[in-house]
Amino acid sequence: MLEVAALRAGYGPIEVLRGVDLAVGPGEIVALLGSNGAGKSTLNNNVSGLYRPFGGSIRFEGEEITGASSMHIVKAGLVQVPEGRRVFPNLSVRDNLELGSYRRGKPHRAANLERVLEIFPRLRERLTQSAGTLSGGEQQMLAIGRGLMGEPRLLILDEPSLGLSPLLVEEMFGLIGRLNRQGLAILLVEQNVVQSLALAHRAYVLENGRIALSGSAADLARDPDLRRSYLGH
Amino acid sequence: MFDPAFLFAGILNGLLAGGIYVLVAVGLTLIYGVLHIINFAHGSLLMLAMYAVFYLWRLIGIDPYAALPVVTAGAFGLGFVLYRLLIGRYSHGRDENILLITLGLSIVIDNVALLFFGGDTQTIDVPYAGTFVEIGAAFLPLPKIISFGASLVICAALGVYMARSDMGKAIRAVAKERQGARLVGIDVENVFAVSYGIGIACLGAAACLLMPTYYVTPSSGHAFVLVAFTIVVLGGMGSFAGAAVGGFLIGITESLGGLFLGEQLGQIGISLIFILILLLKPTGLFGSKA
Ligand SMILES: Nc1ncnc2c1ncn2[C@@H]1O[C@H](COP(=O)(O)OP(=O)(O)OP(=O)(O)O)[C@@H](O)[C@H]1O
Ligand SMILES: [Mg+2]
Repeated sequence: MLEVAALRAGYGPIEVLRGVDLAVGPGEIVALLGSNGAGKSTLNNNVSGLYRPFGGSIRFEGEEITGASSMHIVKAGLVQVPEGRRVFPNLSVRDNLELGSYRRGKPHRAANLERVLEIFPRLRERLTQSAGTLSGGEQQMLAIGRGLMGEPRLLILDEPSLGLSPLLVEEMFGLIGRLNRQGLAILLVEQNVVQSLALAHRAYVLENGRIALSGSAADLARDPDLRRSYLGH
Repeated sequence: MFDPAFLFAGILNGLLAGGIYVLVAVGLTLIYGVLHIINFAHGSLLMLAMYAVFYLWRLIGIDPYAALPVVTAGAFGLGFVLYRLLIGRYSHGRDENILLITLGLSIVIDNVALLFFGGDTQTIDVPYAGTFVEIGAAFLPLPKIISFGASLVICAALGVYMARSDMGKAIRAVAKERQGARLVGIDVENVFAVSYGIGIACLGAAACLLMPTYYVTPSSGHAFVLVAFTIVVLGGMGSFAGAAVGGFLIGITESLGGLFLGEQLGQIGISLIFILILLLKPTGLFGSKA
């Protein structure tokens, strides 16, 4: 579904990704792990068309999307829920959700809105509240809800559990599992290594701008190197 | 001296003038809110629109009010194309470059206007110019009342458009969160161009509403935009409500100032209100912190 090959990317003269290969198949949850500053968000943002890669190729459902505009990529069904939420603080919760279907999914806007509000009942109570006044957790729900409004075929989630209380983190992982069982492919960037490996089918570890480790999530969860660097034992 | 009827007339006259100020200021504040720059070409483009209205009347005999749809649409097109071909392309994504380009644009337009239109003051004679309407003890010129009503309707329509339409929401989204906007597939560059176009369209409408009672010279746009700029800062940069309230406040201040202090000194009132409000609330009446 998503195939990233020999991707090089960065900012100005700084090369952050130095030849990354990664794939997400239909119906898969793929976890992307790596320490802070490893380049996980850089990868997501290049895949989403926010930045133009230095080299390599990105294909989505067979189509070459390297350097394509974010509009084109969203239209194709590749949607990212970014790190830091990036909701529209001056717009109401409803308007935020509706703009989720600005480029894609507009014909089913009303039905999708209903579906998102069933997933996140707290958002229903706050439809007219401006997004900037939501709590951090509520903003995270809104960001995911907004992403779902675009009828994604592949959803990139960049640290969806960041800043959530333990109970909500649990809920978040439950939700990701449910969305996936409904057929949605997911690329998941997470700091909760144990939980994401328990949920994912496969995983990659990004280190020094390259994929240092990859394989089935179950294998990686047992990997001694990974356990040492991320779990401390 | 403090005849209440006198005061009443002064306030009404100020309100009427404020209507046009609101229109010019709304365009300026919209462009500021989205592009984060003061559009230095605002005054020159208003002047250009006023000449368009003047020549439509002089050459083809079109009444300024009848010209409103055409001039407004034309102004939108001009703003959109200016952004696409010039401002967006040569600013290379940096807000401060946009500022310089609009400043340069203003200088070019002013001088080209002087070359083609000459420095003479031009006015339009409309048959209804001398018609007055009596409200209470005040006699108000009919064209000012029409212009006032029309600018209110236009501002209200724009407000509904910004609140309800997808493009309006996208414009507001881009104003505060460009990255998030890109991630839902909004064409941010296009939103910039549309916003600039709408800002200039407001000037087109304002030009049509001004010309029945006002005159045009190559420098007459700047006086309005200076006042509009005051209004935008006063109301809170980028705030629609602020532009509306500020516009009427300045209109009334100017009118009463003129009444009590005379035409020349009357402008001082604007500066006083301006300084006073910014002292009390530095972000403007409706301004937010960031
Ligand atoms: N806009 C930018 N300009 C310059 N450098 C950047 C920019 N964004 C990120 N970087 C740098 O690129 C590197 C990778 O950052 P990135 O955000 O991709 O890391 P990450 O793996 O997502 O980290 P985290 O887990 O903390 O979110 C970092 O060294 C960072 O400082
Ligand atoms: Mg990150």
